[in-house]
This record gives sequence, structure tokens and C-alpha cells, in this order.
Amino acid sequence: MLILHCPYCGTDADETELAPGGEAHLKRFGPGSQDADFEAYLFARENPMGVHFERWRHANGCGKWFHAARCTTTLEVFGTYSAQTLDPPQEIRDAITAKRPGWRWRDFA
Amino acid sequence: MSNAVSALQGEVYKGFATVADVGPSGMIALRGDLGAAKLKGAVKKATGVAVPGMRKAGFAGDNGVCWMSPDELLILCPYESAGDMTTALQEALAGTHHLAANVSDARARIVVSGGDMREVLAKLTPADVSAAAFVPGDFRRSRLAQVPAAFWMADDETVEVVCFRSVARYVFDILKNAAIPGSEAGFMGT
Amino acid sequence: MSTRLASGGRHLDRSRSVDFSFNGKRLRGFQGDTLASALLANGQMLVGRSFKYHRPRGILASGAEEPNALVNMGKSGQFEPNQQATTQQLFDGLYATSQNHWPSLEFDIGVLNNYVSKFLPSGFYYKTFMAPRAAWKHVFEPIVRQSAGLGKAPKDRDDDFYEHFHVHTDVLIIGGGIAGLAAARQAAAAGAQVMLVEQTAHWGGRAVVDGAEIDGMPAADWVKNTVEDLENAENVHLRTRAMGAGVFDHGYALVYERLTDHAPEPGLPRHRLWRVRAKQIVTATGAIERPLSFAGNDLPGVMLAGAVRDYVANWAVSPGDRTVVVTNNDDAYRTALALKQAGLEVPAVIDARTHAQSPVIDAVREAGIRIEFGRAVAKVKGRARVEGVGLATQAGEGAVLEEISCDAVAMSGGWSPVVHLWSHCGGKLIWDEAQAHFRPDPDLPPLGADGAGFVRTAGSASGALSTADVLADADGQGRAAAMAAGHKKRKKAGPRAETEIAAPMEPVWIMPQGAGPNLRQKMWLDYQNDVKVSDVQLAAHEGYESVEHTKRYTTLGMATDQGKLCNINGLAVLSDALNAGIPQVGTTTFRPPYTPISFGAIAGEARAETFQPLRRTAMHDWHEKNGAYWEPVGHWRRPFCYQRDGESIEQAVLREVNNTRQSLGLLDASTLGKILVKGPDAGRFLDMMYTNMMSTLKPGRCRYGLMCSENGFLSDDGVVARIDDDTFLCHTTSGGADRIHAHMEEWLQTEWWDWKVWTVNLTEQYAQVAVVGPKAREVLELIGGMDVSAEALPFMTWKDGRIGDFNARVYRISFSGELSFEIAVDAHRGQAFWDALLEAGAEFGVMPYGTEALHIMRAEKGFIMIGDESDGTVIPQDLGLHWAISKKKADFLGKRAQERAHMTDPDRWQLVGLETLDGSVLPDGAYAVGEGENANGQRNVQGRVTSTYHSPTLGKGIAMGLVRHGPERMGEVLDFPGTDGQSNKARIVSPVFYDPEGEKQNV
Repeated sequence: MLILHCPYCGTDADETELAPGGEAHLKRFGPGSQDADFEAYLFARENPMGVHFERWRHANGCGKWFHAARCTTTLEVFGTYSAQTLDPPQEIRDAITAKRPGWRWRDFA
Repeated sequence: MSNAVSALQGEVYKGFATVADVGPSGMIALRGDLGAAKLKGAVKKATGVAVPGMRKAGFAGDNGVCWMSPDELLILCPYESAGDMTTALQEALAGTHHLAANVSDARARIVVSGGDMREVLAKLTPADVSAAAFVPGDFRRSRLAQVPAAFWMADDETVEVVCFRSVARYVFDILKNAAIPGSEAGFMGT
Repeated sequence: MSTRLASGGRHLDRSRSVDFSFNGKRLRGFQGDTLASALLANGQMLVGRSFKYHRPRGILASGAEEPNALVNMGKSGQFEPNQQATTQQLFDGLYATSQNHWPSLEFDIGVLNNYVSKFLPSGFYYKTFMAPRAAWKHVFEPIVRQSAGLGKAPKDRDDDFYEHFHVHTDVLIIGGGIAGLAAARQAAAAGAQVMLVEQTAHWGGRAVVDGAEIDGMPAADWVKNTVEDLENAENVHLRTRAMGAGVFDHGYALVYERLTDHAPEPGLPRHRLWRVRAKQIVTATGAIERPLSFAGNDLPGVMLAGAVRDYVANWAVSPGDRTVVVTNNDDAYRTALALKQAGLEVPAVIDARTHAQSPVIDAVREAGIRIEFGRAVAKVKGRARVEGVGLATQAGEGAVLEEISCDAVAMSGGWSPVVHLWSHCGGKLIWDEAQAHFRPDPDLPPLGADGAGFVRTAGSASGALSTADVLADADGQGRAAAMAAGHKKRKKAGPRAETEIAAPMEPVWIMPQGAGPNLRQKMWLDYQNDVKVSDVQLAAHEGYESVEHTKRYTTLGMATDQGKLCNINGLAVLSDALNAGIPQVGTTTFRPPYTPISFGAIAGEARAETFQPLRRTAMHDWHEKNGAYWEPVGHWRRPFCYQRDGESIEQAVLREVNNTRQSLGLLDASTLGKILVKGPDAGRFLDMMYTNMMSTLKPGRCRYGLMCSENGFLSDDGVVARIDDDTFLCHTTSGGADRIHAHMEEWLQTEWWDWKVWTVNLTEQYAQVAVVGPKAREVLELIGGMDVSAEALPFMTWKDGRIGDFNARVYRISFSGELSFEIAVDAHRGQAFWDALLEAGAEFGVMPYGTEALHIMRAEKGFIMIGDESDGTVIPQDLGLHWAISKKKADFLGKRAQERAHMTDPDRWQLVGLETLDGSVLPDGAYAVGEGENANGQRNVQGRVTSTYHSPTLGKGIAMGLVRHGPERMGEVLDFPGTDGQSNKARIVSPVFYDPEGEKQNV
């Protein structure tokens, strides 16, 4: 049962207040895009063992979507941050590097 | 005009804490830029209450303003005033990007009072409602058993709960069952 | 025979006798007894039959590790099977029965299994019942079901109720022995919020029984003082009868409190499940004694040495007059002394070690008790209970040197720390060679959200076995836990005890070590699942090398006790058979709960009326009183129809359709989702959400719209009303309001966060009533208020105003094909509005109608229904809804997906109407078969039925379905085989059966 800090309302939210939203930082491909790009946008997911970026919604709370960087094996949480960004903020990346030097995830490191 | 009737029609249960329907209660959902001076001014003017900080609620007389999210407030007022207050807010905020809607009929408002009222909540919500974490002036959105709800403390012995109208009966029943005399856990009592 | 001693018993109140019943026998115990101690006090050694062989079984242990003494508690609504007699406190009127026997506990037919046990080896079921398949169902399974198993599942609804309680604390300490108490006092001194829980009704654990001295006083006094101090501390919460059931991620723990099991009280919750969030968890869960594997170690009268001590000291119960102690360690010598002090005979202490020297051994010798080193129990004599033991050399094969007559055996194979809670969330173990047990590896604890360990062990749970070591460890862990939780106010001096000198134990996994097959077949490892040494050896012999596989093959450790006693012994036998080290073989996984907890406690408040939130409209109670036959729609309840006296459901539906088509019907449409969308970018946003162009909708007008998911499939539909330039009200399906509101917020918050749009879910603000039928306008005009004429309020427009006494918003929309007004009023006035419509409509014969009439009328009109015509694989193009899909828009959710090859395939099944040739109703979901067969030898299919009804308006069966190239095949007859073997012939027709020109709705 995870606890994730909601960056929007400052609550350390119990997992039962949250709704999971799958992988974060997906780039949307719309009309005019190549089949391969669109397929990857809809279906290709990282599913890593280790560092991962996810979307969560504080559904039974302030209702806001946020992102979480965590380790899928130990469930260590490196940080949570606004969903309104294309990239993980530097302080989140630094926090991950401090614990998991040499990590990579899609194009981020 | 016919009288407004709340979902619970004033029902009261006296257990180790008292669970009571407040009856028709005015509520307004206001979405907008909570940091904007115009919105702050409009809210203060309409309600007499300043826009509260994160997870806080402020009160003045019959009115209250609760922080729902970084871009949403829940305004509390007498049921009869909600329509006019909504219009007043809409007029004051004309020209700015906002949404003010009367949601008085969409909700139920229930009061849980008495010395052990924290325990009634603690049986139903994962939120920390101990005296160390939750005091008058705080406002918390979470869940009560299986439905979303918001709650705040009116004073040291009174907590108010807001939930959707359709689940008012469910919320009243779970609060009632949690307040059965003799089921105090002796954990958060005063 | 076991009996009550004349004096003593720490927990007993001899002034209060307690009457109870076991298998119909009226028995008497004392206040403070457990059911187990009371049964023993009454000479009831035999308490159950074993799982597989139906061997007679007695009480083995004194606590949560008990594998044998499982009983049925209570009757009917209070009946509960598989309750441990050792943890059940006695109360007046307690009613218990033994289980897994027929016809009686004393004479059990199933015991025949025992005599053929050599033909029931591990994997027996797999090996024997392979073929023929029919034999399993009709022959083997009924026999196995009759003879195997524990208690029977309850048949009646549980009379009791249960609750949860959420707690946030700094430090949760599990276990109220001296370790838990020592850890709690130190954590509390540091200023941490502490919750300390103990599974039994008593503080102090083993140390009190074993007579330890702490800080110069008897352990019992130290415990009493410490508990008093903790009770007085503001920052400490103490609970007894509260078991730490499980430890989970991020400091989450479950504590199972048995509130009234010891003193039933109807009207109060029976169990409370504490849902604890702790920054740090200290497991002070002690250790469990291991049995020794000798032949006949399961006979009633063979008990754990520590349990024998407990029964003597706590409940003044002697297991027998003459008790032989058999051991491989010093601790069991305490049992010999305790028995002797209680005036009972100890014919011998049989010690598998060749030699050992320590003060406790000297004390036993001085008490005049015979000690036999290097010896073993070859086998236990007796059939239904212990009559004696055969003495043999531990190093040998089991030749009996001497028979010692006795009526009880106290055995000890050493102590294993209770590592369950440590292990639940990933804490690792190390093998301790000296003590021959697995203990927690403090360097590899369960990790919390911050990546640091959040569980510590204290005392025996860490592997410390002497009082001094236990206290030192617990004191340090209590302090460390508080500091890890951010508190370091004060440090108290730790409690002290004399260092004890003990001789090393010696692992003994089989007794005697060279025992042959005949003896090994009678050495029980897992008492509850009837797994013996020979079974594990056979599994290894047959190639099972992984401990997890062996566990499942032999069922070792899979019973309700989850291998608390057998785990290490089983592993050791397996590793020996595999010729590998125990640490290499490893342990099986420990899973919560520690001991079984009630389903009621897990469900908490989710039972009976509050099993699920039930959503009610403002008119719910009226529907209930007026014959509503309910249909669940999401969590809502909607009337399917309103049954009148003597009417069948079909007749009611028919009446409602006819009345609405011919005169006037009312539908409670309050459950329809209503989402307000406002802002300068609202039109642009809705153009993305809907397949239609919504930005061009004029204020005052309505438009039907479709929503698709990003992968193109139809997700929801509804009418959008434009309120003003930057405000829209979007109607969704009844089940879809929350989902669609969340869907909108998701895109606004995570993709187009720079767009200026606000949404609010107004679904419950309004009670909404559809006033439908040829008389709809007349009834509104009769009530008076706004002008609802065709000119003032044309089809597909809306208007705010007054209807009678009510502020209303009226939408001129129709889902039935009739003249229809959907009217929204404030929910708190919904019932009054409904009443007003009924009153005014009386002269037109107004009737409410339910969802089935709604469905039939929409099907007659060929309107699709989300969830019938759509099922998550259907795109709007399949349903002939091209007109609702904008070709002008560059983008909308689902547009790109609908361009994929499979979505544009001309062979996709398309919506058509279906009309049976004989007027009957097609079976729902039936498939239309085509030519030939597929690769699996099944008929090829070319379409299926999505909605099917009897149309009262047309007097025949009508249906909609999806058919390959359907719209091009009008008039063709398809064959829909039913599940009854009948064939149903239906003709492809237009899906619009009623008023295709729309003349009725547009008047």
C-alpha cells in the first residue's frame, strides 16, 4: 500500500485515495502521424524493473493528476511532481541519480 | 415555491457521537485562479471570508470558504443565499476565466459531534484525523469507506462532512454504524 | 490423563466457574481459561481428527501455533469453523464442536485412511486420479470431499458486525512480551507516538512463565510496572487481543483485534481491523518451539515442552501424571523442573545431545530426575493417546533399549524466531548455524518509501534467546525505531537481567538419526496437513528440488497454520534428502495474515445495507413505494419498470410503453451525467472530446454527440446544450458521468493544460424528468409557466424558465421518438416536481415508466445504446453514425485510430435492424452463421444481435445487430441458431422501426 505525496494539495496520500494512470511522459501522436508512432503511443510501454515514471490521480482527494518517479522493485519513491511538464524536473532526476547512479528511462537519464 | 428537502430530511442519530443531517445547505463550486487579486476580492466581498490556504477552510458567520484544490473553492452559505451569491460571484468575475456554479442540491452536509467524533471518522477514512494532524481550520478531501467526501472541524468537538447527494444515505449509515455506543476504540477520545 | 492441579494458574480466577459445551458434553472451566486449557482440565485430550488420515489428535501447543486443536465455534449465525482452541478464551455458554470426523470424534470411519496410509503418499491425488476424467467427478471427488478437509463453511449469514480503524503512528510494536515492552518504553521515552499490540489477553509473554528476573525483581512484577508506566504515558497506546496480522509496503500494517470473542456481546463489533500507517514497525513476536520428528510424535499427549510449562503455570493444568521430556536443548529442562515443582512425575529427560553441562541441567539432576544423554525416542507407544515411549540411541536406527511408561511427552527441538511479519514485505533471513534457525538479517530489512528499512525485530524475534540478550536487543531497537521516526528526546536506562549460561543446542531433524522407513512413516512434520518425514523424502526422491515445489507437492506448510511448527524441520529433511545445505535450499515465502483473520474483519463496514454505496435519486423513495422493480446502473438503482398488483414484469413494461406512446409517460432521468464546461477554449476542447463539431453549436441549441477513446472506440454519448458563448452543458450516460468527467479532467490537466477550460460535474445538482408522449406539451401547459410551444421551444433547443412553482431548464430532446421535454429542477425539489407532474398528468392517465420501456422505445426508433450496440470494440462508423463524425476537424480523440487499416476495413460488421420471420424475439447475443467452418470446426459467423425486444408498438420481435456488409444486404434472411438447438430466421431491415420521418417527436 503505497503512500505518494500529492504535489497539488500537499497530502501524503494513501494508495486508496489514488487512481493509477499508467506510464508518464507519453507523447501524443494524432492525425497525420505514422502508423508505427501511433502504435507506440497507444501500446508500447517500458514496464521496467527499477526506475519508472508514472501518472497518478489524487482521485479521492484534490482530483489532480501528478507524476511519480519510483522504483518498481523496491517501491522506493524518488519524488512526485506536476503532471504539467514534458520532462521530469532536474531535482527529481538528481534524486534518482543519488540512489540509482547510471539510471536510464526512455530518453531520460 | 415548494420547500427544498435534503436527501436525509434532517435525520439524527445519537451514538457515542451524534450524527446529524444539516438539511438544505448552500454550496458553490468556484474554479479559477485562486491567486488572482480579482478572485480574492470577489470571494471576500461575497462571503466575508478570505481565500484560505492549501487544505484550509475559513468561516465568517453563516459563510465559509474551503480549499478544494489549487484552482477550486467550495463556498458554504445559507441555502437560500446560494443562488444570489453565485450570481454575485459571476458578475464580479465577469471577464476573467472562472466557473461559479450553485451545487447546493448536489451535496449532503452532515455533522458529527461529541467527544469521540474523531473515532467515527477514523473508522472510515485513511486520512489522519488525530488531534495532532487535524484541527479546526483544516479541510481535508479523502474518502469515507467507498465514496469521496470532504470534512472539516467546526470546533474541537464537531466535524462537518460533505458528500454527494446520491450517497447521503450510505454516508449517514456508515457514520451511524461507526458511532454505535460501546464501539469507541478509546484511541482518540478526549 | 490431563487434569486440573489443585492450586496455581496465573490466569485463573477460581472463584468464577464457567460452563461450556464441547461435542454436546457440558463441561466446566474457570474464568481465565482458554478453551484448550479447559478441555485439558476436563481430561479431554482428544480434540480432533487429522486432515488426511483421520488420526486422533490432541492439543500440541498453547498459542497461535497450534495445528491440531481446531474447532467449530458457535451455531447458525455465529458459527465459525477452524477456530484455535488455544487462542479462544473461555466464556459462559461457549459452544464448540470438533470437526473432520464421521460419525463421531471417538469413532471415525475415516481413520481407515490411516491403515492404508502407505498407499496415500505425497502427490497421491495427482498420481491416482488422472484418468478416467469422469471418474474424478463422480467417484473420487465426492469421496475426497467427504473425508479430507477441516471445518465446513458456514451456511448462515453472519450475525455479527465488524469495523476498521485507521491509525497513523510513529512506531508500531507488535508483541507484548518483555521485548515489546522494553522496546515500547524506550521508544516512548524518546518522544515517539507508540502503539503496542499483543495477540493474547496478557502482557509479558514467556518470560513470566519461565520465571526470569529483570532489574532484580520477578519478571511478572517488572511487566506489571512497565505496563502501568506505559498506560500512563500520553504517547503510548496499548491493545491486547490484537494480533499483528501483516506488514505491507510503506509502513502499512494490519492489526486484528478480537473485541468480543472472549465475551460475546451482540450489538457491538466482534472484530476490529486496525489499518496502521507507521513510520517504523518493531516486531517483537518472539519465537516458536519446534517439535522433534520421532515416530508417533502426533499422538494425543505429545506436546511442546514450552506449552506444557504454559499449561502448568498459567492454567494449572497437568498434561499427565508422568511426563517424559525429550529435547536437544537446555530449555526443555525448565519443563522438567516445572512439572516436578507441581508435584508431577518426570520419569526421564531424554536428551539427544551426547553431553551437555549447564546450571539448569544440574538443577534437574539435583531434583532427582533421570537424564539420558545421547538418547532418542524410538517411538511413542499407544493408540489414541500416549502410553509410553521406547528409548533408543540417537545415533542408531531405533532399536528399543527400554520402554518407559508415561502418559505425556514434552518435546523440544529448539526455538525458531517468528519471522513472518519481518518477511511479509521482503525482509531477508540468515541461517544461524548455532541455533539452527533462520533469523532476520538486520542488513536486509523491508524497505520503505524513502528506501530505508522500516521494520526492526526485537528480542527472540531477532534470534536472542536469553532474557538478558532479549532485553538488550529490544531496548536498543526501541530507541532506534523512535530515532528513525524522528524522535530522540530522552534515553532511559535499559532493563537488565542476569546472563544465563546455557549449553549449546544440537540440531536433530530425525529421531533417531538412522530411523528406517517404518519409523519415518510415523514422524509427523506438518500435523495439520498430515505431512510426514517420508513424504518430503519421497518428494525429493521424485525430483522435487525447489522448496516451493516440494511445499505444493506435499502440502507441507499449506494448512491454516502456514507451517509455523513444521517449516524448519521440513526444510532440514528436504535439504538432507537433497544433500544440500539448509540456507541453499532456503525457505518458502511467508504471507500475511500471520494467523487466519475473519472475512468480516476484512470487509469491515462493507456488509449488508452498506456493502456498496447505493446511489439514490431525489425520487428514489417514491419509486420504491410505487412498485419499482430495480435495475442496477453503476451504483445507481433505476426502476426497470413499476409493477402493479398482479402484473408480471413483461405486462408492466408493455403497459408503460403503450401509455407513453399513446398518452403520457414520466421517466426519472436524474442519473444522466451533466457536466458543465466553461471557458474561452471550451468549444475547442469539446471539438477534441466529441467526434462532432461542437464549437459551431449556437447558444440555446442542443446537439447529440459521440465520444471515443483515443484508440477510436465508442465510449459514451449524450446531448450537449450550449448555454452561452463559453459555456456548454454535456450530458453523459447514467453510468458514465464520473468516468467522462475524469476523462475530461485528465486531458485538460495532462495534455492541454494551457487551454482555458473549467469543468464541474453537476450531475447531482438536478433532478431531471423526461415528460414524454403526445400529451407532454399539454401537461406542461396545464401546470403553466414558460411557453413550451413548438415555436417558442423547437426540437433540439433548451430554455430556462418556470414550470409551475419550479425554476427549470427544459430541453426539447427525445430518446423515445415521441414529443418529449427533459426538465431539470433543483434536486432538493425533485420529488415535489415529480408530484406536480403526476397531479397535473392525472387527467391524461400519466404513468411513470422504467428503463426497459425506455430501451424498447429507443430500439423502435433505432437509437443506439452505449453498452448494447457498443462494447469497447465498436467504432461509430460501425453503427452508421457517420453523420456525427466531423470531417472538417483536423483532430479529435479517436480520429487517428479510426484511420488505422482494421478500422477502415469494409468487412467490419455494420448496424442493421433485424425482424424475425415469425414475429418472435431473437435471443440476445445470438450469432448469425454463414457458409463453411473455421479452423476449429465451428460454423463461420457473419453477425450478431446487440439489442432485442418484443415491440408492443409493432406487436412483434425487433432487434438490432451488427452484420458483415449489413446495410448492403437489406431483405436478406439470416440464420441465428439459439442455445436451445432451435434456429431463428430474421430478415435484415432498417434499424428504424418506428416513425422514420420523426414526425412524432418534432411537433
